[in-house]
Amino acid sequence: MRAPPALSASAPRNGSRDSVSGALRRSASSSSTAAAAAEMSASSAFIDEKGGSASEPEYGHDPASGGIFSTDYKRHDDLKEMLDSNKDSLKLEAMKRIVAMIARGKNASDLFPAVVKNVACKNIEVKKLVYVYLVRYAEEQQDLALLSISTFQRGLKDPNQLIRASALRVLSSIRVTIIVPIMMLAIKEAASDMSPYVRKTAAHAIPKLHSLDPEQKDQLIEVIEKLLADKTTLVAGSVVMAFEEVCPDRIDLIHKNYRKLCNLLIDVEEWGQVVIINMLTRYARTQFLNPNVNESLLEENSEKAFYASDDEEEEDKKAEPATLAKRKPYVMDPDHRLLLRNTKPLLQSRNAAVVMAVAQLYFHLAPKAEVGIIAKALVRLMRSHSEVQYVVLQNVATMTIKRRGMFEPYLKSFYIRSTDPTQIKILKLEVLTNLANETNISTILREFQTYIKSMDKDFVAASIQAIGRCATNIGEVRDTCLNGLVQLLSNRDELVVAESVVVIKKLLQMQPEQHSDIIKHMAKLIDNIQVPMARASILWLIGEYCEHVPKIAPDVLRNMAKTFTNEEDIVKLQIINLAAKLYLTNSKQTKLLTQYVLNLAKYDQNYDIRDRARFIRQLIVPTDKSGALSKYAKKLFLALKPAPVLQSTFKDRDHFQLGSLSHLLNAKAAGYQELPDWPESAPDPSVRNVEVIRLLERVTTLTSIPDWSKCTSRKDRKEKKTEKPFYSDSEGESGPTESADSESDSGSGSESASASDESGSGSESEESREETESEDEEEDEEKEKKRKKRLDKTKAKKPAEESAESEQSSGTEDRKRGRKAVKNQKSASESESESESSESEDESEEESEEESESDTDIRKKKMPISKQPPKQSKKESKKERQEMSLLDLDDFEPAPASAPVTPVNFLSSSLVSDLEGLSLTNNILAPTAIAPSGSIKMYELLHRITVHQQHQLRDQKPAHRGAQAAVWDEDPRVHRDRRVSSR
Amino acid sequence: MIHSLFLVNASGDIFLEKHWKSVVSRSVCDYFFEALERATEPENVPPVIPTPHHYLINVLRHRIYFVAVIQSEVPPLFVIEFLHRVVDTFQDYFGVCTEAAIKDNVVVVYELLEEMLDNGFPLATESNILKELIKPPTILRTVVNTITGSTNVGEQLPTGQLSVVPWRRTGVKYTNNEAYFDVIEEIDAIIDKSGSTITAEIQGVIDACVKLTGMPDLTLSFMNPRLLDDVSFHPCVRFKRWEAERILSFIPPDGNFRLLSYHVSSQNLVAIPVYVKHNISFREGSSQGRFELTLGPKQTMGKAVESVLVSSQLPRGVLNANLNPSQGTYTFDPVTKLLSWDVGKINPQKLPSLKGSMSLQAGASKPDENPTINIQFKIQQLAISGLKVNRLDMYGEKYKPFKGIKYMTKAGKFQVRT
Repeated sequence: MRAPPALSASAPRNGSRDSVSGALRRSASSSSTAAAAAEMSASSAFIDEKGGSASEPEYGHDPASGGIFSTDYKRHDDLKEMLDSNKDSLKLEAMKRIVAMIARGKNASDLFPAVVKNVACKNIEVKKLVYVYLVRYAEEQQDLALLSISTFQRGLKDPNQLIRASALRVLSSIRVTIIVPIMMLAIKEAASDMSPYVRKTAAHAIPKLHSLDPEQKDQLIEVIEKLLADKTTLVAGSVVMAFEEVCPDRIDLIHKNYRKLCNLLIDVEEWGQVVIINMLTRYARTQFLNPNVNESLLEENSEKAFYASDDEEEEDKKAEPATLAKRKPYVMDPDHRLLLRNTKPLLQSRNAAVVMAVAQLYFHLAPKAEVGIIAKALVRLMRSHSEVQYVVLQNVATMTIKRRGMFEPYLKSFYIRSTDPTQIKILKLEVLTNLANETNISTILREFQTYIKSMDKDFVAASIQAIGRCATNIGEVRDTCLNGLVQLLSNRDELVVAESVVVIKKLLQMQPEQHSDIIKHMAKLIDNIQVPMARASILWLIGEYCEHVPKIAPDVLRNMAKTFTNEEDIVKLQIINLAAKLYLTNSKQTKLLTQYVLNLAKYDQNYDIRDRARFIRQLIVPTDKSGALSKYAKKLFLALKPAPVLQSTFKDRDHFQLGSLSHLLNAKAAGYQELPDWPESAPDPSVRNVEVIRLLERVTTLTSIPDWSKCTSRKDRKEKKTEKPFYSDSEGESGPTESADSESDSGSGSESASASDESGSGSESEESREETESEDEEEDEEKEKKRKKRLDKTKAKKPAEESAESEQSSGTEDRKRGRKAVKNQKSASESESESESSESEDESEEESEEESESDTDIRKKKMPISKQPPKQSKKESKKERQEMSLLDLDDFEPAPASAPVTPVNFLSSSLVSDLEGLSLTNNILAPTAIAPSGSIKMYELLHRITVHQQHQLRDQKPAHRGAQAAVWDEDPRVHRDRRVSSR
Repeated sequence: MIHSLFLVNASGDIFLEKHWKSVVSRSVCDYFFEALERATEPENVPPVIPTPHHYLINVLRHRIYFVAVIQSEVPPLFVIEFLHRVVDTFQDYFGVCTEAAIKDNVVVVYELLEEMLDNGFPLATESNILKELIKPPTILRTVVNTITGSTNVGEQLPTGQLSVVPWRRTGVKYTNNEAYFDVIEEIDAIIDKSGSTITAEIQGVIDACVKLTGMPDLTLSFMNPRLLDDVSFHPCVRFKRWEAERILSFIPPDGNFRLLSYHVSSQNLVAIPVYVKHNISFREGSSQGRFELTLGPKQTMGKAVESVLVSSQLPRGVLNANLNPSQGTYTFDPVTKLLSWDVGKINPQKLPSLKGSMSLQAGASKPDENPTINIQFKIQQLAISGLKVNRLDMYGEKYKPFKGIKYMTKAGKFQVRT
């Protein structure tokens, strides 16, 4: 990598420092800084005054230079000396002390120059601690931080993948804007590294760079796109994380990777799983139809149809046509099913976050009948730490409002223990209340009775409210609850009584006629209860139902008028209300009292109360000027008021994605991605197809285009293509849920036609986008080629257009001419492969064994092709391609497993070197036959070649049925399973 | 994701901070301290606290608050689970997770935190990988390190992260190859006044201590796997095999780990191994209360009930308790009103009892709340659910390992209402 100009800013300082410091220190400072200095002092053009002066004082207090130092600087002199020493142990000791300072939050930034020069220390622990320091303070000491960059740049080229990864990790963690281009370059490079671990680190680096410089977004999206195509489990979680932070709205990037992500999911590390599942939930909401869409309609229909909705999907389909002939029956997209099926085992994860993620996915995406399975897992989580419980209960509370039946069997798991923290108790209470229905209310009320005796008064208050809610929701127990609450009125604890009063008031509003004795009882309580809310509630009740208690009401008003000035505002307002209502119904007795109260209120300190008094006086006291309204005063005040509905605070919380921070807070958190509504009609499902037609096309591009950084991703995509039949393999397992015949018919029939068009245009637009952003000419050229090829392909499909279009496109380059012929042949093979794949899919749904065979066939077919030496002169390419297509056809025959002919060393090395001259790009793909030329470039290439081959190995694996089980990152479990079962 | 982490001790001091992105001032914790003040009990601090620019997610373990600062939407459980994993790791490394232990090992703590998160996203959380990267401090190693000047950081490169079995470190060697499995079940129950069971469920785990050379591939099968219908696994367990054959097949991590945990829900019948006879009453108008408690075994399959500990939070009105235990010792804390009785082993022939009187505050009315009684006990060599391991086989290595299975039943949240 060339050092970008930005770097040279540090050069002069580096040099000058070295000259200032003594020989001893020079030897201590790493060879790297020296090298960097030497290299950079050459570019002396870049001396900026500011940087130089800024660094000056720091050297000033260096003991070696013997400058003037302030006491503050003196403080760390011993540390500096230790850092400058020769001994690693001293350095380590110093670094440990510094890190301890950082940990305590002490400022250690003045040690920066002394620390940073140890960045290339041989001792690993010193180095690591220096990294810790560097990442912490680089932002504050941007100029000096640049000194360390060259070390990392060198690390990026290290043959050891772990060193490459750690170099990238630290480099990308240094928040210094000036190195953005270096980071960008490093990330791009690492994204096509042979090591999945380095690629993972690259994925981690993406959000770092994005937060440092959001303007790099477009380039970063390109990298994300490339990494999304990566098919190792190591990378998947990290890149989706990057996707979520950088471009969560670019759902189009997911299409092609959707099935792969679903299939890799179980083997991704747990943190990645959470991120992927959350993202896929959103994705599925935009791409699939609501599985419960028929629910409401069916409920209105005959009972038969109603039950059908509860059953599996295909029954749905079969049973419905009679009743819903005109409606299109709902058929679950196989991809939707794939997601549900592949996430289900994760409910068994030990990680609560994963379980929660799956639970919310099922809640938001699954058909009603299937959501139930998450209840058990969520109940299991309740045994975990109280913080986990807290979050889970919040989500359960929301779920119970929507789907009560799901948790009913687990009612007892929500019973409250006296040792639960109060916040947990209250949440459990919420859940219990939501779960209450006619059948279980008696047990729940019995539980509540014990809760009321608890010592935790906040919890008792919440229990009383819960009883009130049960009473309003379930008519049968209203009287029982009311009686129970009235008994509580004689409780010794005032808070309990007050809470009961408030709840009783709400309940009485529902049927006041029958309960005048309760109202009387409560009127008596007003002398004893001091809690304002309760007093206000009682007053309101007496006022509202004063006709039920005609004797008591005026007396209460009399008492209240006495204490009016000492009451709380909320009570005062209710006294005014009571007075007004009594004035209207019983003016004989209360006229004077009312006027007295209104006069008191007129001079109250609170202007709400003054306002209210003035307003009411105008309204009820007849004067000459009084308007038309006063005639209706009685109607206004004593209108029948609707009883309050006691609602759960968790109602409607489910518009936030469950399990999210926003849901927990019931407020939109920064960066929250709305959960989209289901689409009315499903977007084209074929966008997720990765079909065989494109495979062949890709193979040709692969052979003719040697740019490897491109090729890796393309290869990955190509591998995806074969995944379609591969996935149907797993689909076979759950056979009964999908109706085999009807679905695959519609799927393969309609899709294969539309899909090929779609994919063509889709990737074309993709290409054009890329093109605008690409800087390399080579890339452009290559893309042009690709596009042409695609054009060719469409030509093959539509012979009518073919000639005209081919003329156009082939005018630019003669290369294609030969290709066209090949193309035609190929299109034949294409169509054949297509039909084959769709066939295999059909079969697969019945028999997975057969399927996997066809699967391997396709893989075999692909393998030899990708091994073709890619660099060809034009004439040769034609010849080769013909050969290749023949090969293809060959492979479509059910050949024995050992059959594939792999022309590995197809080209002699001399020919390759010839071709090298003809190459259009710098990066040459050489067959393994070429001896490494010794240059670094070549070295890297070889790396990539090995990657390539390893990729191929991986492809081969399914064919060999686990024979090479532990190769690379394929899941060991799967293979072991296979091995064991074959045993 | 996770921006910063602050560790706060019981007295409200921040004693460690770590930032994974740009530095967040520790003043952000003021919001946490506010919430802490508002909460009546330490465990009542809300786990998620919104502030104007950040969100604070905290967990309380070992009387230390781990306060994570996040800036944007992230599943709260993700952070909570991670924080607990951090605590588990500290515990694994230092034996205890106390303020003193963290302060003593601040450099190791920092190195661990550095490896566990990259830019706030979890990177290496498997203890086997971490131990390869950073060696846990032992007394011996500390001595050796001070003499030789060697370090805690692993010299060789940590290949575990690249391995196909990331949970197992490579190159494991033991002279004694042994694998121990502990089946531990905890009974959570609520028993009502009359002694009938309101709810009872079993929470079981299988903890393993595996010290085997090389890359052993183990299978563990059960006599009655049907009991395990609600399980969660360590990532090493092959899920498909379990689904198909109900056999646990796995390449174990090295050392101690939790192989699986399971839950036998309240819908099943759960045997309750002890019963409690109690009579706690307060008379109206008198300043005395009666307290009688007798414990007895029940459904223990002939096994002894050991380490019994009874505790109860008595009403606030109780001034003192004057009790007489037939065995064991009891204490009553007049400040917290917590009564605890260390019973020991229950002898079926002579049932332990605790009898006596309580004195109430003079003039105070009879408390209307009833105390609940919490019971802890242990029963060795018994899994109350009836789960039994059938056999353990090892593939992939040639030597004969030493195998051991232990069963134990404990009381979890076992509560008797009075």
